[in-house]
Amino acid sequence: MGLLDFIKKIEPDKKKSPFLHTLYDGFFTFAYAPNEVTKGGVHVKDGMDLKRTMITVVIAMQLCYVFGTYNIGHQHFNALGMYPGFLEGFNLKLAHGLIKLLPLFIVANVVGLGIEFWFAAKKGHGIEEGFLVSGALIPLIMPPDLPLWILAVAVAFAVIIGKEAFGGTGMNIWNVALLARVFVFFAYPTTMAGDQVWVSGFEEVAAGAAPYYGWAHNLFDSLFSWGGLDTFKAASSSVIVDGFTGATPLALAYQGGWEAVTDVYSTQAMWWGTIPGSIGETSKPFILIGVLILLLTRIASWRIMLSMFIGASLMALILNAWDATPFMSVPWYYQFWMGSFFFAMAFMATDPVTAASTNTGKWIYGFLIGFVGMIVRVLNPAYPEGWMLAILFMNTFAPLMDHYIIQSNITKRLKRA
Amino acid sequence: MRVYKLTFLLALVIFSLPVSAQSSSGSNMLSTSIIVVGIVLVIGLIVSLADNLMQIEAKKNNLDISKGQFTLFPSLSKWFGAKKPASIKDAPYHNLTKGFDVKIAGKASKEIAMGNAKTFAILPPNFNGMSPIPKVEVNVGDEVAAGDVLFYDKKREGINYVAPVSGEVIAVNRGAKRSIASVVILADKVIKHKQFATPDLSSVTRDDLIAFLKISGGLTLLNQRPFDVIPDDDVVPANIFVSTFDTAPLAPDYSFIAEDNAVAFQEGINVLNLLTDGKVYVGLDGRPGKVVSDTFKNVTNAEVHYFNGKHPAGNVGIQIHHIAPITTTSKVWTIGVQELISLGKLFLTGKYDAERTVAITGTSCANPKYVKTYVGANIGELIAGNVEGDNNRIISGDPLSGSKKSSEGFMDYRDDQVTIIEEGDEYELFGWLLPVSPRPSMSGTFPNALFSNFEFEPTTNTHGERRAFVMTGQYEKTLPMDIYPQHLMKAILTGDIEKMEGLGINELTEEDIAICEFVCTSKQPLQAILRDGLDMMQEQS
Repeated sequence: MGLLDFIKKIEPDKKKSPFLHTLYDGFFTFAYAPNEVTKGGVHVKDGMDLKRTMITVVIAMQLCYVFGTYNIGHQHFNALGMYPGFLEGFNLKLAHGLIKLLPLFIVANVVGLGIEFWFAAKKGHGIEEGFLVSGALIPLIMPPDLPLWILAVAVAFAVIIGKEAFGGTGMNIWNVALLARVFVFFAYPTTMAGDQVWVSGFEEVAAGAAPYYGWAHNLFDSLFSWGGLDTFKAASSSVIVDGFTGATPLALAYQGGWEAVTDVYSTQAMWWGTIPGSIGETSKPFILIGVLILLLTRIASWRIMLSMFIGASLMALILNAWDATPFMSVPWYYQFWMGSFFFAMAFMATDPVTAASTNTGKWIYGFLIGFVGMIVRVLNPAYPEGWMLAILFMNTFAPLMDHYIIQSNITKRLKRA
Repeated sequence: MRVYKLTFLLALVIFSLPVSAQSSSGSNMLSTSIIVVGIVLVIGLIVSLADNLMQIEAKKNNLDISKGQFTLFPSLSKWFGAKKPASIKDAPYHNLTKGFDVKIAGKASKEIAMGNAKTFAILPPNFNGMSPIPKVEVNVGDEVAAGDVLFYDKKREGINYVAPVSGEVIAVNRGAKRSIASVVILADKVIKHKQFATPDLSSVTRDDLIAFLKISGGLTLLNQRPFDVIPDDDVVPANIFVSTFDTAPLAPDYSFIAEDNAVAFQEGINVLNLLTDGKVYVGLDGRPGKVVSDTFKNVTNAEVHYFNGKHPAGNVGIQIHHIAPITTTSKVWTIGVQELISLGKLFLTGKYDAERTVAITGTSCANPKYVKTYVGANIGELIAGNVEGDNNRIISGDPLSGSKKSSEGFMDYRDDQVTIIEEGDEYELFGWLLPVSPRPSMSGTFPNALFSNFEFEPTTNTHGERRAFVMTGQYEKTLPMDIYPQHLMKAILTGDIEKMEGLGINELTEEDIAICEFVCTSKQPLQAILRDGLDMMQEQS
């Protein structure tokens, strides 16, 4: 174990430099499972720990990352009317996607983990793994062109006010990733709402607008021209084609119902996710693969997912029956083709810390998220999508649901006496 | 039950909606579906009202409504639940769906050897709630017979803790703050027993019986819940429970051990009947493919209940919860199979016979088998020559709720199992992500479910560091009781006595939630937390 000896040798002193030691400890336990043995209580323990739990969730969303990155590029060139086939201009689409996504990912994680490490050092406990998932989720639920400083402020807000103020991982009331998004949504609404923000690389998404490329694009260009591939230079002279809209299906549905949506996007495109939207939430099949992973490993609660689906379906049916606006008349099953229902269901609502903790509570919690989220989506013109607000709203009420369920258990027991 | 009803209603509503949506055309869809929903709700209301009236009527006639016979709603378990095996004729059968079996290699083979232990000890710290310095009645060098008093609790004078074997007292060891840690006896080759004058069971009064049990050490064979303590002599237990099987990993097979002790077992049951105003309940192994000894099957004077399920279905605490739960005011007694046989022998022969058949088990055990010895045997002597490797953990009891011992240590008072497993004090590169060796786990992230009969060779590694409670529903999935363990733990940590009581702390002891501690992703020490809570409750009462 030469490597282990070397790593042990460079361990910083805990008293002299607590921050460095915490940092070291975080990375060390990441590389090596500790040699700790059980003391008192059970003598053998389950192989499962929080690191493994969290990383499984991150693995479950990897396909969303791959697709989301590529789709950033695809939407960009789609606006220019270039490379209409999904796999055409593969290198350019991927490069553009990476240029947009990587900075978001790095900033979100550096800021978030930095704050986590600092708090861990200050409180003198190990680094908890909660931000592994939050840090992976945050880039996926942001628009691709979000200014990095806004992201940094949002993440700092979410981690400090939303999590550390309550005591860290396991203690927070609201979902950290959604808190970051809701911060951007209300503090900088122009970066998160409207038809302008979902297609990247343009000052303004309107016919005739030209794309802008930065130094990173030039760097890729030199690589591509050396390899004899298409370059961004060729694309920079193009402009957004007539009739292109950056509007998401939800915005279109609000204006003109299902017909208005299908005029622009085919149901197939919406299902596979080659449409504008937040980075990771557009592709339904890939999210459903993530759902499958989470359900097979039994990490996420199937109760929440199922009841959320039932709640949303029920509300959509009721709205179908009401039928007062074009959006209400969208057939209930097509509601799932649009927007980020599946992403919210798979990765946001099932967060065990902020969800209800009793099984009965989970049924109610999931159902109400689906129910309320659909109301917000369809009935409220100010919010194009409802899950973020519905989940945060139900996060707030989850402890109350648990309280009454626990209380009924207590009353039942006391009655027996 | 209520949840099923609600989901049943909800499903009705949901399925009726698309039907109505298809049948009606466009504009009057709203009114149609409202009518349909209304009709469904009204029908549901009428059915549920009728259901409640029926149950009220049944209650008035003193019928048991908990079995689900008096309801109009179909019980889901009736459709999907396991069928009661034909061999269990009329006896009540409890099918527990929650729980988890930790499969570990090193099960004792069905052969019984004579144990080699020469020294035996009774350890006062084994008895919860006993004052740390009991009054020791013997001095080093004294000769004692099996059944002679060794010490008693100053708080509860008269309850004798007696010698398991005859021989010379060779040590009275002290622990922290001069507490008594152990009273050690070097055993004679042939055990001499003190002869007690046993009362006649057909005519004895309960008071006389209790008095005899106090003197002869018989009372210390029993256990009182809540809190897991030696019974109070002034308490009349609501019921007495015996579990005749153990589902803990590598646990001894009592059907094998008690095969030839049917008479003593039955005599023990007869004694228990005199101690309670309620019933004596015997929990039997109802798992498919398990052989239940006739000793247990043919028992009379007791009500037999069969249990099927994974660990902890064999724990007496779980069985109490499903037969007749402990209430906030009631106390119940429990007794183990081998203790019950000792109790029976005490009345049959007038001798305190503390013989135990102990299962020596574990992955580091060279030849796992059963050995015959006595209560409190020296572990090192018992397992000498039967251990592989030198970096092992020796456990008195099962690997979930037993206690760690050194090789000079003695077995705990109620244990009849020794487990030897390898220590896990090694670093493992990316061990949390890509484990090198297979390990038992309830998690679906390991492919364990595909190899359901694989016997693991786990070490004592914690496989992760302690964290705050994050995951939910894990404990509920493994504890087959109507209890919310995670909320109970939080109530204990915050010292909320009323909530602890309401959430059922009185129904639990450490062994019941050991499996929850095993599966805990956050590696929380649940047994230690629970004991803190029980101590708090005991102080209050």
